[in-house]
Amino acid sequence: MKKYKEQAMGIIFLLAACTSIICVVLICLFLFSNGIPAIGKIGIKEFLAGSEWKPGDTPPSYGILPMILGSIYVTTGAIIIGVPTGVFTAIFIAKFCPEKILKWLKPAIDILAGIPSVVYGFFGIVALVPAVRYTFGGNGNSMLTASILLGIMILPAIISVSAEAINAVPESYYEGSLALGASHERSVFCAVLPAAKSGITAAVILGTGRAIGETMAVIMVSGNQARMPSGLLKGIRTLTANIAIEMGYAADLHREALFATGVVLFVFILVINLLFSLLKRRNG
Amino acid sequence: MIKIAIEKLNLLYGSFQALHDISMNIHANKITAFIGPSGCGKSTLLKTLNRMNDLIAGCNITGKVLLDGEDIYGNIDVNLLRKRVGMVFQKPNPFPMSIYDNIAYGPRTHGIKSKAKLDEIVENSLRKAAVWEEVKERLKKNALGLSGGQQQRICIARALAVNPEVLLMDEPTSALDPVSTSKIEDLITELKNNYTIIIVTHNMQQAVRISDKTAFFLLGHLVEYDDTEKIFSMPEDKRTEDYITGRFG
Amino acid sequence: MKRKEGVIKDLKVKLLSYKKSPVSFILFLLVTVPACITFFILLFIIGYILINGIPHITIGLFEWKYTSSNVSLMPALVNTILMVFLSLVLSVPVGVFTAIYLVEYTKSDNKLVSIIRITAETLSGIPSIVYGLFGFLLFVTALRWGISLISGAFTVSIMVLPLIMRTTEEALKAVPDSYREVSFGLGAGKLRTVFHIVLPAAFPGILSGIILAIGRIVGETAALIYTAGTVAEIPSGKDFLFDSTRTLSLHMYALSSEGLYTNQAYATAVVLLVIVLFINWLSGVLAKRIMKGNQA
Repeated sequence: MKKYKEQAMGIIFLLAACTSIICVVLICLFLFSNGIPAIGKIGIKEFLAGSEWKPGDTPPSYGILPMILGSIYVTTGAIIIGVPTGVFTAIFIAKFCPEKILKWLKPAIDILAGIPSVVYGFFGIVALVPAVRYTFGGNGNSMLTASILLGIMILPAIISVSAEAINAVPESYYEGSLALGASHERSVFCAVLPAAKSGITAAVILGTGRAIGETMAVIMVSGNQARMPSGLLKGIRTLTANIAIEMGYAADLHREALFATGVVLFVFILVINLLFSLLKRRNG
Repeated sequence: MIKIAIEKLNLLYGSFQALHDISMNIHANKITAFIGPSGCGKSTLLKTLNRMNDLIAGCNITGKVLLDGEDIYGNIDVNLLRKRVGMVFQKPNPFPMSIYDNIAYGPRTHGIKSKAKLDEIVENSLRKAAVWEEVKERLKKNALGLSGGQQQRICIARALAVNPEVLLMDEPTSALDPVSTSKIEDLITELKNNYTIIIVTHNMQQAVRISDKTAFFLLGHLVEYDDTEKIFSMPEDKRTEDYITGRFG
Repeated sequence: MKRKEGVIKDLKVKLLSYKKSPVSFILFLLVTVPACITFFILLFIIGYILINGIPHITIGLFEWKYTSSNVSLMPALVNTILMVFLSLVLSVPVGVFTAIYLVEYTKSDNKLVSIIRITAETLSGIPSIVYGLFGFLLFVTALRWGISLISGAFTVSIMVLPLIMRTTEEALKAVPDSYREVSFGLGAGKLRTVFHIVLPAAFPGILSGIILAIGRIVGETAALIYTAGTVAEIPSGKDFLFDSTRTLSLHMYALSSEGLYTNQAYATAVVLLVIVLFINWLSGVLAKRIMKGNQA
């Protein structure tokens, strides 16, 4: 009797474990089966490289190039702002921060990580947008604002993964450098940091993935004009924003084009995730 | 009377042979000590007696181990075997629960549910392990709060609570201070009246102090097995003599 | 006061020592300034919202029924609690059982295990809007549940599944092997060992992971817009699972984008922030408990 109970529970555990496999299969199935036919109907060149997204026109155009570029530019901006700040902060936390300050700084990073994206977006609307408008002119809702906001949002991810990588470097590298007469700062930057290179790269890739996938905060501050990006201070629309904004009223091919956008996003993220895993595995 | 008969036992971990052709008889109600240098196979042999080796992947056994004439590697219930042949480990490792729950865990596993019966078993086991007086006021408190020596006696009580016939002890005092060690050695000597005890020890003086019979192992082979007095005064094998006189360790 | 003096003293000594080496000083600035910036960004965001929001927290915000005059967040708050509860009911058993399977029943070089890990990593990287699309396609449309509490709950539970799997796995791995050995040595089977010894010992870690998941669910917006909906009412009646509802984050988004209720939006942001900060604090307290437990 006991034996049957044990065997039965073993099977239940196995079935539970297969759930994540089933979920991924289902997601691929539903996304692809609803999105790929649309790409076929629109034409892959017109879809991916078309610079006009005008679903309301007759005839309608479904080129998502403006949004692809929008996502790329905003993400790049976020990386430019977030990576140096994040990596240097990580170095500070791992190698320079006194214990007493660390007690406050670490929870602060965790809190930054926990703030919902709508709150970031709201902060963007009430504080960042006016600030950008005041300093640089223009509308305020722009590529720049979105980049700044996203840069702030990816900070916690970059900081924690980089700090982990730096802390994982064997102490012997640091001690060896000190023993040769190098200062603390030089030892950190010239002996420890290079050894943490792949871990930090993994952190950057993780941050990139988060930035590309962010929806709400970007919608709230980027202006959302569905046209080719025309300047740092001009409005822009990302792939994620495109889906979120238009799903509410899209129909037929328009709606299918949005599913297809989801497919493009999904593939983007899969590739980025793959890179991240490969690097993490190499890192040990 | 023979409690456990080991017949031509060979054990392989993958392709590495850890035990070679071991044959010996363990006598009931006696303390048998396994001694030998590190890596000689004494702990491995101990673990074959309650089939704890089953937990290690790639472990293969040939030969027989008979408990009261029955082959324990044949068609028997492993969990029931482990009830009859109990084990105390080297490092004291009580569960992170109250002392009461630690002792009651074994009996509860084997079906005893009545509170009155469990209370009785807990008290008896703690008394047999000579630790009842020290903990009777704090049975509901966490076992991790006790000293090392007390924790090890709790572990012994825990093993006794399932009412085994044989007690296997794998270097039970090596992690303890001399005072605790001596208390536990007294305890083991008391216990042999009711249990068959096999103890693996690195400490030859301990084997001399408490065991009735001693088996000396080297590189997975049983070199010599006899009354403790004989092994330590007039060993027959030169290797035994070299080991006990400290020519190698 | 003494602590502050100590830190400032250390700082002065450190700054003086840099007189000899400008390069070291520049490097020191290079790491300290960004860290300060990061810290102050956080202070600024929280401070700005609190300062502007707290004055506008009124009783009206917490009335049970939402009207356009009181702009109450109560229905959204209740919906959020319902959503969290339902999602956890779905994801916690599956996540914990998966972790048990991975840690207690398999060896690490198993092929199925690698596949499960890859799929879990994939799931954790998918953007929330894509989850929203998937949820819309499967739960809302294909299964005909419509835009509803239950569609949202199922979508979000898949989202937090990898998180619960990962944290439970870590908690299980942290339980010393000796506990399992002793339990087997006493004659207990694997099932009993897992449920009576391993799981209780791993409980704080598992709970900490669940709390992190709650934080994610509370903050989730994009995945819920098209699966749970935006109706500002508490689900009721025997079909309540199939009512459309909005959660607090969605409510926040609606208020911000309508542009009419800035004050109430500030106040709602404060409430959201307080909830998230509390969840964060709780998770931290549990983490400390785990550390103490391991030392014993």
